[in-house]
Amino acid sequence: MKTASRIYTALIFLLLYAPIAVMILFSFNSGRSTSAFEGFSLQWYGELLRDRNIGEALKNTLLLAVLSAVLATLIGTAAAVGISRMRNRLQKNTVLSVTNIPMMNPDIVTAVSMLMLFFFASSLLGTATRSFFTVLIAHITFNLPYVVLSVLPKIRQMDKHLTEAAMDLGCTPLRSFFLVELPAILPGILSGALMAFTLSLDDFIITQFTKGEGFYTLPTYIYSMTKRKVKPDMYALSTLIFLTVLVLLIASNLLSAHMEARRQGKVRYRKSAKR
Amino acid sequence: MTAANAVKRPRFSLPRWISAAPHMAWCVLFIVAPLLFICYYACTDPETGHLTLSNLANVFRAEYLRILWRSVEYALIATAVCLLIAYPLALCITRMKQRHQSMAILLLMLPMWINLLIRTYSLKNLLESNGLINQFLGLFGIGPVPILGTGFAIVLGLIYNYLPYMVLPIYSVLSKMDRRLIEAASDLGCSPLATLWRVVLPLSVSGIISGITMVFVPSISTFFISSSLSDGTILLIGDVIEKQISLHTARSYSVGASLSFILMILILVSLFITNRFGDKQEGVVL
Repeated sequence: MKTASRIYTALIFLLLYAPIAVMILFSFNSGRSTSAFEGFSLQWYGELLRDRNIGEALKNTLLLAVLSAVLATLIGTAAAVGISRMRNRLQKNTVLSVTNIPMMNPDIVTAVSMLMLFFFASSLLGTATRSFFTVLIAHITFNLPYVVLSVLPKIRQMDKHLTEAAMDLGCTPLRSFFLVELPAILPGILSGALMAFTLSLDDFIITQFTKGEGFYTLPTYIYSMTKRKVKPDMYALSTLIFLTVLVLLIASNLLSAHMEARRQGKVRYRKSAKR
Repeated sequence: MTAANAVKRPRFSLPRWISAAPHMAWCVLFIVAPLLFICYYACTDPETGHLTLSNLANVFRAEYLRILWRSVEYALIATAVCLLIAYPLALCITRMKQRHQSMAILLLMLPMWINLLIRTYSLKNLLESNGLINQFLGLFGIGPVPILGTGFAIVLGLIYNYLPYMVLPIYSVLSKMDRRLIEAASDLGCSPLATLWRVVLPLSVSGIISGITMVFVPSISTFFISSSLSDGTILLIGDVIEKQISLHTARSYSVGASLSFILMILILVSLFITNRFGDKQEGVVL
């Protein structure tokens, strides 16, 4: 039974990674083919360096991800604090359900709906339908629910008496928020921001629908590359992205394991001090 | 002190939830309004702006209905196969040592961090008529078997891309399950299979439901997977929407809006049906 389950797991993982392995292999191909390996070369990586558009697309992607994550985190955190203070159940539930819509709706419907809004607005204002700002607005919109949903539980877990104590000791509500509440919910805010950042990096459909001509992010640039004849340079770009993700994931895993170990070390230290 | 505070307090006070106001304004402007505009463009004539049902009626032509049905069919098959593969896999993972478990979950999540375009394209490369699979089959004198351009390739693409979304919620429910329940069942004379069927499975319904939702919704609305793995010969509803929208004319926008409107309703209905099965079960948030 145990061997069977091991073989099954290994098989699924093999199938999951086979295409990726093939992609990495052929990014080093010296020929133009993506099915016959002719020899090892780095020429497609060199080709990438020479491609100006990729630098531009990378810059756009990062700019969008940072801006949309920061703005969504600001709006979303304030929203989570406000929502947690709502007494009216109906109001609270309505706001929460509307917030969740971009998460539940398929991306393509969100994308079409945003485009329809921008189309209407541009016909009123006489401006271009799509630009950098329409993409930014769209990214903030699909990031918001993830920020709100990762901050809200932290607020719920927090001891309410702490804020009351701070106010009793003469803090204004704003001061008590920054001194007491904010440090307590910071982990939630950070994980929300990180989530928003990665979602924005990875988004293809919504960007594709709301972006203007000639504006590219990495995913939309890869999409345009899939329509060309020669592919190994696309494989090279994908391999670089894959390796970056791999390094980041391993680093964040090691970091969290390290922090966990340190935290447990601290607890052990405190216990021995008590004795 | 209290008296001084009382004097200082302004005559009207802001509501306690005021910090949510920017978010609420954002939601109205960029979530609610856009959905209303889908309805608006689905129900008005693109040239005159008059209210009309002809756009929606247009969508119910045999051509679109066939595509719509095909999308539902492929998404259902992909979801079912994902469930069949994912459930045993999640079970296998929960039976590993703790260290191996987190390793397996990391390996499962890694492909999710790679863009869908890249994943699909590398799968396409494998399936091509001169791709590695056919080269392998060729060693035995079989083929080349045309895989690309068939419905099978598209369903395979859906399964390949969305399998982790099914495994993770099921795993998270299974790993939190009380082990003693399983022991109790076998103490009371259940065979391992009966324990699985009567104890473990019913307790993991919430994970199954969120897995189904997380696979079905993106499967039915996909457009890149289908157009790429069939070279544009088999269209799904998402492909038609994308084609119409990318024409960027008022008329194509209203067709795209009508199709999105239908798709949205289709998904709402299926979410409603799915949730009926999981009544009173708490959803799992990843």
